[in-house]
Amino acid sequence: MSGKTLYDKLWDQHLVHDDPNGTSLIYIDRHLVHEVTSPQAFEGLHLAGRKFWRTESTVAVPDHNVPTTVDSATIDDPVSRLQIQTLDQNCNHFGVTQFGMSDPRQGIVHIIGPEQGITLPGMTIVCGDSHTSTHGAFGALAFGIGTSEVEHVMATQCLISRKSKNMRIRVEGHLSHGVTAKDVVLAIIGKIGTAGGTGYAIEFAGSVIELLSMEGRMTVCNMTIEAGARAGMIRPDQKTIDYIEGRPYAPKGEMWEKAVANWEELVSDSDAVFDHEIVIDGAEIAPQVTWGTSPEMVVDLDKSVPDPSQETDPIKQEGMQRALEYMGLEPGTPISSIPLDLIFIGSCTNSRIEDLREAASVAKGRKVAQNIKQALVVPGSGLVKKQAEEEGLHRVFIDAGFEWRNPGCSMCLAMNSDRLRPKERCASTSNRNFEGRQGQGGRTHLVSPAMAAAAAIAGHFTDPARL
Amino acid sequence: MEKFQVHEGIVLPLDRANVDTDAIIPKQFLKSIKRTGFGPNLFDEWRYLDHGEPDQDNSSRPINPDFVLNEPRYEGASILLARDNFGCGSSREHAPWALSDYGFRCIIAPSFADIFFNNCFKNGILPIVLDTKVVDNLFSQVEMSPGFSIRVDLSKQLMTIMEDQSLIRFEIDGFRKEALLQGLDDIGMTLAKAELIRNYEEERRKITPWLFS
Repeated sequence: MSGKTLYDKLWDQHLVHDDPNGTSLIYIDRHLVHEVTSPQAFEGLHLAGRKFWRTESTVAVPDHNVPTTVDSATIDDPVSRLQIQTLDQNCNHFGVTQFGMSDPRQGIVHIIGPEQGITLPGMTIVCGDSHTSTHGAFGALAFGIGTSEVEHVMATQCLISRKSKNMRIRVEGHLSHGVTAKDVVLAIIGKIGTAGGTGYAIEFAGSVIELLSMEGRMTVCNMTIEAGARAGMIRPDQKTIDYIEGRPYAPKGEMWEKAVANWEELVSDSDAVFDHEIVIDGAEIAPQVTWGTSPEMVVDLDKSVPDPSQETDPIKQEGMQRALEYMGLEPGTPISSIPLDLIFIGSCTNSRIEDLREAASVAKGRKVAQNIKQALVVPGSGLVKKQAEEEGLHRVFIDAGFEWRNPGCSMCLAMNSDRLRPKERCASTSNRNFEGRQGQGGRTHLVSPAMAAAAAIAGHFTDPARL
Repeated sequence: MEKFQVHEGIVLPLDRANVDTDAIIPKQFLKSIKRTGFGPNLFDEWRYLDHGEPDQDNSSRPINPDFVLNEPRYEGASILLARDNFGCGSSREHAPWALSDYGFRCIIAPSFADIFFNNCFKNGILPIVLDTKVVDNLFSQVEMSPGFSIRVDLSKQLMTIMEDQSLIRFEIDGFRKEALLQGLDDIGMTLAKAELIRNYEEERRKITPWLFS
């Protein structure tokens, strides 16, 4: 019998029951909750007269709707305000821990989980949010669920599930200078497509992944869903353990020793069989920029906007044409010549301290270009913001002409007032370039924090190293 | 949950791949704390020419006559014919809520995104996966015949093309089929296994006590 993959092990450890009908009951260790996908679940629980199975496994935080302007103590939009008040009321009613709007730890749900040590290796972690895959960077099985399943986890601490297939993506060798975790994951999505991982749990491995920091690994796992897979994961190693040690919710003392010993076993066996395996040479990955309306529509910075007439699949060709029309781009236009209107540095993909350092190192001593109407830096949490301010990064950004904001999801999905207007073009460190994602008619190009900062300074896409 | 047994309806063709949940229901409508009322804002950015906001009177908004949902021949459609990777993007269950609220009971596509696919079953919507060639063929047939309708019999796993009474068989997971046919309550079913869950917790607490402290 062949060995087990990391995913197999995580699955087996959380298997409560295999039903004869072919489904499995899977135990959930950690449930993260935010204001947008939870009100109907709380309501369902309430209407059915059901109780929470284990409130202490649950942590809630408002993030999607929150304003990020520094002087806004309250939310102007009454609909957004009601949603956040509803989260407050539900957490109070059911006794769920919440990092509320005025809590210094408040931030994007996928930033605060790892930051607080709420996210641990070997856990199953769910949230009504597709970017829950982020937490897989710690060797956890973490995935997004819909609101019905949010209610199901609240009531039963379990999910009715089916096991996914195993895929491993090995990124081997070394990255070239200036190539970041964001470029790695965009290149992977460009290679396998937005549905390439559908039905799989993806393990990221190889020397490039091992060399990434924990925050870089989170960026890679975060965008697993953009490759179609619900869960992405990386085996925990010494870097993982060092990152977690001492965080508020991490185990302590004797319990810590026990946990670390357990986590060291969370690795795919050498004879484990993957249903699909992809090997990518890290040296071939260049800085990436998306040109279209799907994350798979991505090219190297030094390339040009592709020509749909070269595409043989008629459905893909039509999709490319539609994307170019929406994006207001002509085939053959060099990527580096595309002028920008806005810059967004933030989101659960790229708003951690290292992301801000990376962007600040490019912005330092420089000025945002004249043609950039607005350049936003939105830290992922109150604590990231505080850390950045202690390091003086906010000064670097403000001096360069960026706006330094309060934490939240912000312009990644534009549920608050940070949004693009029709036809505005944005270099964004977020995760989705769908039509209307950052505001109706807005045009999104996904890039790394270094590239976003360089684009702010140059006014167009450029290699940060060549500024 | 609403049952799905047999459903007959007009087919609406949405001829684009990778339709994401941001397109199905844009973010501003996610501020609602209800499960209902999303239908008028289904595909909002494609369907109307202006920018939509929650609590707006949608009947007075300018509609986009080029978008298929606004074509009179598809009025009352309840079966959506789509392309690959339908429902990709976010986990928002507001997407199936909007489709259901509009009146769609069944979606046919060569492939679906995982989370969306799963969310459909929780809301009485049947997503059917068919071979790309069969889907291609359906797109041509819908185009040629106004009022093109299909009858879907979940129990028999058969679709009948009403025009020529031709049959298409489809596959579906046995558990999901049963759940839809009977409109089963997932939570109720799992709570019936409460003893198994407690036993698991007890065993697990011994091995990984830090997860329970």
